[in-house]
Amino acid sequence: MSFRVRRRVLYKIGIHTTLILTLLAVAFPLYFALVMATLSHQDAYAFPPKLLPGREFWTNVTEVWHRVNLGRLMLNSTVVAVAVTVGKIVLSILAAFAFTHFRFRGRLLLFPLSMITQMLPLPVRIVPAYGLMASFGWLNTYYALIIPYLASTTGLLLFRQFFLTVPDELPDAARVDGAGPLRYLVSVLLPLSKTNIAALFVIEFVYMWNEYLWPLIVTTDPHMRVAQIGLKMMITSERTAAEWNIIMAGAVLIMLPPLVVLVAMRRQFAQGIAMQSTK
Amino acid sequence: MEAKFPGYRLLPYLLIFPSVAVIAVFLVVPFVQAVHQSFYRTSPFGTTTRFVGWDNYAQIFSTPEYVRSLLTTLGFAGLVIVGGLSVSLGIAILVTRRIRGLGFYQVAFIWTYALSPAVAGMIWALLFDPAVGLGTYVIQLISGYRINMMVQGTAALLIAATAAAWNMLGYNICFFIAGLQNVPKEFEEAARVDGAGVWKTFWQVTFPMISPTTAFLLFVNMVYAFFQVFGLIDVMTQGGPGGATEILVYKLYRDAFIRLRGNFASAQSVVLFVLVAAAALFQLRVATRKAVYSR
Repeated sequence: MSFRVRRRVLYKIGIHTTLILTLLAVAFPLYFALVMATLSHQDAYAFPPKLLPGREFWTNVTEVWHRVNLGRLMLNSTVVAVAVTVGKIVLSILAAFAFTHFRFRGRLLLFPLSMITQMLPLPVRIVPAYGLMASFGWLNTYYALIIPYLASTTGLLLFRQFFLTVPDELPDAARVDGAGPLRYLVSVLLPLSKTNIAALFVIEFVYMWNEYLWPLIVTTDPHMRVAQIGLKMMITSERTAAEWNIIMAGAVLIMLPPLVVLVAMRRQFAQGIAMQSTK
Repeated sequence: MEAKFPGYRLLPYLLIFPSVAVIAVFLVVPFVQAVHQSFYRTSPFGTTTRFVGWDNYAQIFSTPEYVRSLLTTLGFAGLVIVGGLSVSLGIAILVTRRIRGLGFYQVAFIWTYALSPAVAGMIWALLFDPAVGLGTYVIQLISGYRINMMVQGTAALLIAATAAAWNMLGYNICFFIAGLQNVPKEFEEAARVDGAGVWKTFWQVTFPMISPTTAFLLFVNMVYAFFQVFGLIDVMTQGGPGGATEILVYKLYRDAFIRLRGNFASAQSVVLFVLVAAAALFQLRVATRKAVYSR
């Protein structure tokens, strides 16, 4: 082996070693949490802490499931996350279609709309937004958890970017064939947008499942709480007793849905990110 | 741009209407109300409301807790943004060094993105639990010092910031990888041929080329460290001990929904808006400069 080849090999081994070690360091907190979720009460209190899994995972899961009514919380989170995700996809496709396929004065709104949504995160409007929900009678309803989230600039810009790359021949051909714009949108553009739809699905589902502050203030009824707030319910009621094995069993269940969605659709997600970062 | 479907006058308005309506009703109107409320004060029982001018703002900046909360936020956000972004960039650079397994590493690092700030906070609260945490144990083993984030403010702030930066790693790495892959290899090679070292090539060629990605991530991470981290703080420290981790959004929440001082809270909202708007405009400037580079 020549000197240069050997150097190249060593260089690659060095990079892989660094990456694997970094990866282990990044994954370790999660590993420790997973181990904790499997321990019995006695083992959970051990100091120095146990590093190998125990056998009590299902016991802990059953315990936390009943203690904070986790089934109901997860159901609420699922309803809300799916509804918001689908709603955002539909609304942003419609808007992006309008902004890319028609000449109309409303097009001037594109830039202000995207800036407004970036500049107005929940905390800068939280008190009146809460007041609005109260005056609509929406507190402790799915409406409050879903409708205020439905507009998405991320989606609007993502689809706009993609629609602009579609060759003009397609809409022209559709027009010649006598198809109207909506027909063209549904039967030509939508099938072409599968990857983007999937990418946006991941982004918005993860985002919505993980929302915390808004659900915290607009719901007080335990039946309308979402899974994230379940974490708070577990820790504030159990912190003094520090039943970490029970808490972590709950945390594992709560983190699972977004994790599954992300891993299952990672390719589309990566493509979506690549598109976003070239906009 | 030409209209691809000429002759439809009403349809495009109908198509954008739902999005515009949601943004107007749930974003713009409440924000305008917040600005309005910030100039008024309502009596404790909500019976009278009177105009007080800039009083709420004067109160904000003359309250030591608020100033402290502002400094805490800046320190916290600085740690999360600078620490998190440099680690992510380092990892992304290694992953994109023409080695095998790029796809594997991408997935292997991205998962922290799926964890909510609250879950991340929970995991790190366990790791540094004063009684049973492994982090507590390891630090005691190395330094003989037992840290307790329930009573030590600095420890709590550092641990919370680490948890937050950790939570954002997956997202940041993914975007940096995408950004780095868009840098044409010829540029780096040309610089190398001209005799520039690895270090110099990176800072003078690669780094400027990914500045739109960096600017975008700076903004996203700022929004994260200022706002989205609320759940993390709420499950980890609840602003404690002694206000050491009470960042602005947490203070705002307490003033608005626990202490029920809506007008004072709305003035805080407006201050937050000024910070976000400045950051958004900065990001926009850097992002639009990209056109110059890509030519």
